[in-house]
Amino acid sequence: MNRHLLSSADLTRDDVETILATAEQMHDVQKRDVKKIPTLRGRTIINLFFEDSTRTRSSFEIAGKWMSADTINITGKGSSTSKGESLRDTVRTIDAMSVDALVIRHPASGACQQVAQWVDASVINAGDGTHEHPTQALLDAYALRNRIGDLDGRHVAIVGDLTHSRVFRSNVITLGRLGAHVTVVAPPTLMPSGIADWAKTDGFATSWDLDEILEGGATHGPVDAVMMLRVQRERMSGGYFPTPREYTVTYGLTRDRMRRLTGTNPDVVVLHPGPMNRGLEIAADVADSPNSVVLDQVSAGVAVRMAVLYHLLSGEA
Amino acid sequence: MAVAQPARTDTHGREVLTSGDISRALRRIAHEILERNKGADDLVLLGIPSRGVPLARRLVAVMAEVEGVDVPVGSLDVTMHRDDLRHQPVRALARTDIPAGGIDDKVVVLVDDVLFHGRTIRAALEALAELGRPRTVRLAILVDRGHRELPIRADHVGKNLPTSSAERVSVRLAEVDGEDAVTIEGGDR
Repeated sequence: MNRHLLSSADLTRDDVETILATAEQMHDVQKRDVKKIPTLRGRTIINLFFEDSTRTRSSFEIAGKWMSADTINITGKGSSTSKGESLRDTVRTIDAMSVDALVIRHPASGACQQVAQWVDASVINAGDGTHEHPTQALLDAYALRNRIGDLDGRHVAIVGDLTHSRVFRSNVITLGRLGAHVTVVAPPTLMPSGIADWAKTDGFATSWDLDEILEGGATHGPVDAVMMLRVQRERMSGGYFPTPREYTVTYGLTRDRMRRLTGTNPDVVVLHPGPMNRGLEIAADVADSPNSVVLDQVSAGVAVRMAVLYHLLSGEA
Repeated sequence: MAVAQPARTDTHGREVLTSGDISRALRRIAHEILERNKGADDLVLLGIPSRGVPLARRLVAVMAEVEGVDVPVGSLDVTMHRDDLRHQPVRALARTDIPAGGIDDKVVVLVDDVLFHGRTIRAALEALAELGRPRTVRLAILVDRGHRELPIRADHVGKNLPTSSAERVSVRLAEVDGEDAVTIEGGDR
């Protein structure tokens, strides 16, 4: 495995399997009374977040602390970047304190790739713009596997705002590595340009028609899981769909759609990376239904990030 | 980066324990454990992966035969507690599997194949402390080859095998490697 985790494409199928197997052991640690193992004692991990985050930042922090590393959070607002310091100077300053890992979230796609060339520390991508979010894809795969077992040949639909979604980009890669079939569904305005070529190389299918896919009309047949993506209003400058109401009617996982879906597959799994816009892309009772693994995803987040930190940081430097 | 421990296929080296020796040693150890504990009450056997786990299962099988009770058996992975993690490539984790009754106030017997520097057992004691508080912890070992670096000794030993530190002791077990044998290789003899 590489020194950095910048993209889901950095991980082979074996790497993904190893991380998920390690995460299972880490999940056991999470269930103990004493949640502390000495594995990363003396290592320093900096969470450098230039974008808001609840679950990713807190789970990276918890993961590091449970493994006895010293974790420090720096947010864009509270750092010298607000005084005009460049990203390069900020990360090189932190790197000069001989830290072992930088966990970075940044609004610019490719920021982590860039930072990795400037520093000696391991760089972990915790979401860079609309590019990738590899640990999210790993925890989605973990939560999904816990529910339905081996993903080989299973069919996952990823629905929603694809244009702005790093979760989708990492997920098509990681799910593909594990042998799952993926169909992505979005309105034409939220389909990234050039997706057709990309779908060909990465081996996933695309569609504009959610109902057709949920009814099993896709190339890969009925779906085993549906991953709803958040409508990212903060990245939209308007004009992607006429009204929120229309989006919900055509692309939301409404109560009615869920009823039809569980009618054909009672065990269908619903995922959402969070934070959810309840009532927009997913109905509140669908999010809280027994089919939903939304909270399992959060819980898996800590275990999977412990596993990633373990594999990147525990060996010889 | 493989997760599964590969089977030991190296068949060189001098055989120091045959399959018969191993099973006799294990029978004796099983009896010793029961004798020391005055029965099977509160006993829990924890094998240290990878080869301590099948050894612990075999000991429990002997105990079931002689005492007619099922002693709880599990596994304790010590990887995350090792003190040499930084000096080696990343190690894959193995399963930690604590029997349903837990280990609080139990007599825990740790089982491993070879006792060498004692560092694995130090890590095991630390891992154990995080899982609960046993009344007593004992150590059963198939081969004690000396060269301790820590004040640790085994309570039950299959065979004391004086070695030079240049030699390699390799324990092969049917469950993992397809056959039972203990061999020594390397060093100049």
